[in-house]
Amino acid sequence: MNWLAAKLVTEPLRLIVSLGAIMGFVGLNAAYLVWVERKGAGRFQRRPGPTEAGPAGLLQPIADAAKLLSKQLIVPEGVDRTLFRAAPMLVMAPAMAGLAVMPFSESLAARNINLGLLMIFAFGSLNVMAIMLGGWSSRNKYSIISAARVVSQDVAYEIPMLLVVVTMILITGTMNLNEIVKVQAGGFWHWNLFRVWVNPLMPVSFLIFYICMLAETNRAPFDMAEAESELVAGAYTEYSGMGFGVFFMAEYANILLGCSLGTVLFLGGWQSPFGMFSGLLWFLLKMYFLVFSVIWVRWTFPRTQFYGLLNLSWKILIPVSLVALLVSSALVKILPA
Amino acid sequence: MKNAISEIYSGLKSLFTGMRITMGEFFKPTVTVQYPYETLNMPARFRGHIELVKDPATGQPKCFVCKLCEKACPSDCITVEGVKPEGAKRKAVTSYRLDFTKCSLCGSCVEACRDGAIRFSKEYNLAATNKEQFIMDLFKRLQAESQAAEASKATEKPALNEPVRPAPPTEAPARPKEAATPLTPTLDAK
Repeated sequence: MNWLAAKLVTEPLRLIVSLGAIMGFVGLNAAYLVWVERKGAGRFQRRPGPTEAGPAGLLQPIADAAKLLSKQLIVPEGVDRTLFRAAPMLVMAPAMAGLAVMPFSESLAARNINLGLLMIFAFGSLNVMAIMLGGWSSRNKYSIISAARVVSQDVAYEIPMLLVVVTMILITGTMNLNEIVKVQAGGFWHWNLFRVWVNPLMPVSFLIFYICMLAETNRAPFDMAEAESELVAGAYTEYSGMGFGVFFMAEYANILLGCSLGTVLFLGGWQSPFGMFSGLLWFLLKMYFLVFSVIWVRWTFPRTQFYGLLNLSWKILIPVSLVALLVSSALVKILPA
Repeated sequence: MKNAISEIYSGLKSLFTGMRITMGEFFKPTVTVQYPYETLNMPARFRGHIELVKDPATGQPKCFVCKLCEKACPSDCITVEGVKPEGAKRKAVTSYRLDFTKCSLCGSCVEACRDGAIRFSKEYNLAATNKEQFIMDLFKRLQAESQAAEASKATEKPALNEPVRPAPPTEAPARPKEAATPLTPTLDAK
């Protein structure tokens, strides 16, 4: 009887609630990270940023959304209609799917599955496909160049990212994100970032992860996909209204996912830095610190050139992450478990 | 190998230096002057359209209608008229018409004036939907200005019949002192 109730009532309810919560979380964050980005950009350039819509410009995202929603959705002549319309949806979905396994606190996760890490990367690779589809189906030269860039960039950066993640799996011995956080319990010196006795290259691994995260989410200084000074808006050139808006929100949703993952893998997730009062607050603090640093990086560095981008990945990040992987596998073998 | 490693190290170090500098800027006060709400004082040598100078002793315009400015103007945009009041030594201006659509702000009129009775105004909010608004009577403008000044002095409130021009900035916009010199060459000369 209990089993039946769980199947018929609790499980569907849980599904709906977590879906709604994740969509709300992503939507709210995507909207207000735009505000944070614009305010932050302003402060870095010693401007006040948006000030007119609402107190301190806080209604700006709502005004932007209303503007984008009221615009006509144009499908240019001769494009592949289905793919063109599917691309914005496909770019948003993987980020939300990834957050489904994210442990926000010890008991707060939509799903606690053993292959959580694998699932995030499986869905994450869809993101590349979606931007490529958008660029390719737009029937526009800028968009196609951008699509080609996205593919070569994300393939190049997926490798060091996965090598770092494999290192983390070796060290923690699990792909369950909640378990990975539990391994890092008890004070900040137990966070994977600082566990140099497990692998002396840990901070380097974190740096590689961070750089790859910037490149995977197409953020400055690696925003080759929508290099506005060369490619108009890259893959998004032909999108109008909310089609463009969804791509824009997906960028922030992916940053959110990348920063949450960085928090879980390296910064101890919901663990408190002092070993007590662990919980959601710490997770959000660490995640938003990473999000802020992403904005900080964007307004500090100019866009790299494309060959510089590929050189960085193939000549520096991949060899270094391979060395880190070898060192930690050797240490895992030598050190007592 | 050794070169490559030192290159990576120095490159990484430069990235962190850049991050430190931008974070320093993040916490400095903003330098924006929110224009319609705040305005900068115009520099002393700013050339707006000309205006009549008031004699502080009498409160009347200094101009005594010698018409030298009219003659000096290369594009004929000034027309001065005046009358000699009973018992006065000099003529008094009654109308000083400036056709600003033709004026090129060359300053010949200001140079020609013997008595320093005209000068460049600091007016820069010059936008209108018709050309007639740029054919202005500077005498009436001066009168309206002094009326407004008196009214605001009497009531401590902006007068209703104040001409449409921005109030002179009551206080300099909040700006950091160290940034004032290199960033804005157009600061006031006070």
